[in-house]
Amino acid sequence: MKTEIMNNLQQISEENLVDIEQAKERGQAIVGFYCLYSPTEIAVAAGAIPLPLCGTRNDPIAAAEETLPRNLCPLIKSSYGFAVSDTCAFFRASDIIIGDTTCDGKKKMFELLSRQKKTHVLQLPQNQNTEMSMSLWDSELERFKEIIQDTSGNTVDEASLRSAIRLMNRERQARKALMDVNKNKPALLKGSQMLEILFKIGFLADKEKGISFMEKVTAEAQKGTLLTDPPRSGEAKRLLLTGVPVGLGSDKIVKIVEQLGADVVAFENCSGYKQAFTVDENKAPMEALAEQYLATPCSVMSPNDGRFELLKEMIRGFQVDGVIDLTWQACHTYNIEAFQVDEIVQKNFGFPTLHLETDYAESDTEQLRVRIEAYLEML
Amino acid sequence: MRYAGIDIGSRTIELVIVDDAGKIIGSLQAETGFDPMTRARKMIEELPYDYIMATGYGRNLFEIAFDTPTVTEIKAHAVGARFYFNEATTVLDIGGQDSKALSIHDNGKVKKFEMNDRCAAGTGKFMEIMARTLGFDIASFGGEALHFKKELKISSMCTVFAESEVTSLIAKGHSPQDIAMGLHKSVISRVAGMIKRVSGEGNIVFTGGVAHNQCMQKLLADKLDRQVLVPDDPQLVGALGAALLARDTA
Repeated sequence: MKTEIMNNLQQISEENLVDIEQAKERGQAIVGFYCLYSPTEIAVAAGAIPLPLCGTRNDPIAAAEETLPRNLCPLIKSSYGFAVSDTCAFFRASDIIIGDTTCDGKKKMFELLSRQKKTHVLQLPQNQNTEMSMSLWDSELERFKEIIQDTSGNTVDEASLRSAIRLMNRERQARKALMDVNKNKPALLKGSQMLEILFKIGFLADKEKGISFMEKVTAEAQKGTLLTDPPRSGEAKRLLLTGVPVGLGSDKIVKIVEQLGADVVAFENCSGYKQAFTVDENKAPMEALAEQYLATPCSVMSPNDGRFELLKEMIRGFQVDGVIDLTWQACHTYNIEAFQVDEIVQKNFGFPTLHLETDYAESDTEQLRVRIEAYLEML
Repeated sequence: MRYAGIDIGSRTIELVIVDDAGKIIGSLQAETGFDPMTRARKMIEELPYDYIMATGYGRNLFEIAFDTPTVTEIKAHAVGARFYFNEATTVLDIGGQDSKALSIHDNGKVKKFEMNDRCAAGTGKFMEIMARTLGFDIASFGGEALHFKKELKISSMCTVFAESEVTSLIAKGHSPQDIAMGLHKSVISRVAGMIKRVSGEGNIVFTGGVAHNQCMQKLLADKLDRQVLVPDDPQLVGALGAALLARDTA
């Protein structure tokens, strides 16, 4: 069953490129997104296709370093490298790129990126709970809506926004239901597989295809048919991975954890559970989007208490034995916040976290292995 | 029964044999070189044993070659340090190419650890290169530093940059002893930060080759105002910990 699911996923991913091609021929606009703070619903409401962009592989980093400094977050370098070397099909297909002023590295990189393709950067406030931040964000989303209307040639109205919100809520609920299968003890899906599925589904232009695929995987997993073969002993340590986003190509930590006989059962990052939210369908749509998206608990916010609450909820919900907090090199906000994460986990659950700082290269695999192995010995 | 622990580090390999009581009844040390498994094989052929456990960076290679259990050097050092000093609360290990600090729970388990292993800054290798640049041999480096007259601050921690900083200090006419002291202090201020992140108080068991250095011992105790304990053979602590774990799990 496992092989069938993965083959099916491969097939859907290949079809996706054709779907994108056809959509373009039909005149549908493609909007490329870099960050979870930008509401994809606005693109969907304009009849455009929202696509995430590449940025999780090491290969294009060398191309990026011809322009960008070496001492910069690998996610930023990889994203930029993919763009300048024209190796990301989704970047190529996009009519416009949407960025956010999340961190210093990204906002300055977007200035250079705009030379490659039309880029719009949302001015993201630095906190979530003041009137000033909310009103800035409201006006940014209005401006964003105008730009999407111009790009797509379609008008975004309340009805189209409402239906886009419903669609994207269904997608996120399907994602959450899939991630939640690993609340089961033992986990019903290997962490690396979960990551691959969530990662590839994200790129699908046809949201319905992704939703039905995730529903199918969830149902199979709940029947226990996707368990690793032979099944792991119930002894496998259950870990939660928090911090920076991970995807295919930047998943070395998950691989090492599995090689050492443990499981990553939960992902508290923007490639994982940070996407498990629901936009309020009863409120005025633009207002509901602004509120929900600004609440994304990323370390660029100060303070970022939402992340600590989410972590506590997930550590309980997924019954984890340990927490690995991952920071990409030169990501100051996650790097600093690691101190608070460790403090909160120790205080509430009585075990320390393992904070790892690394990049996409494989050169420090053994150094990471010894840390993770020592951490597992401690738990 | 004879229980062996082998610590395959980046610069040296140590083999320790203990008896049922945990007493060291044999030990060997060799340079790791470019073919660690051949070295390790020769060493284990020299000292017979009944059970063995491997630790250090080469542990996985050893596990594949000799089908033995392994343990991380973190846990091995905690166990080894506790055997020498049963009141040990913190361990600082400065090895050939990495340094680590760890704190130990009352029950002997590791509480927290920090490692520096992505560059040679503040490690045995760093000390070796700096000693050579100043014309000292490594055994007398600490002693020479203790003869300093003037405080000097070395700000570069990267081996490559520190070497050029040292060269420029020599050119300015500073004495090798003063420069040596500055280098020792720069290493200590770095490891002190690492220790503080894992534990705020209590004694520190200092292990690894650099623990032989008296200047380091003194500066560490002064800087943190904590008792510094150095085992008889600080380089054997990791291997000893592995040997004791081999005994406990046999």
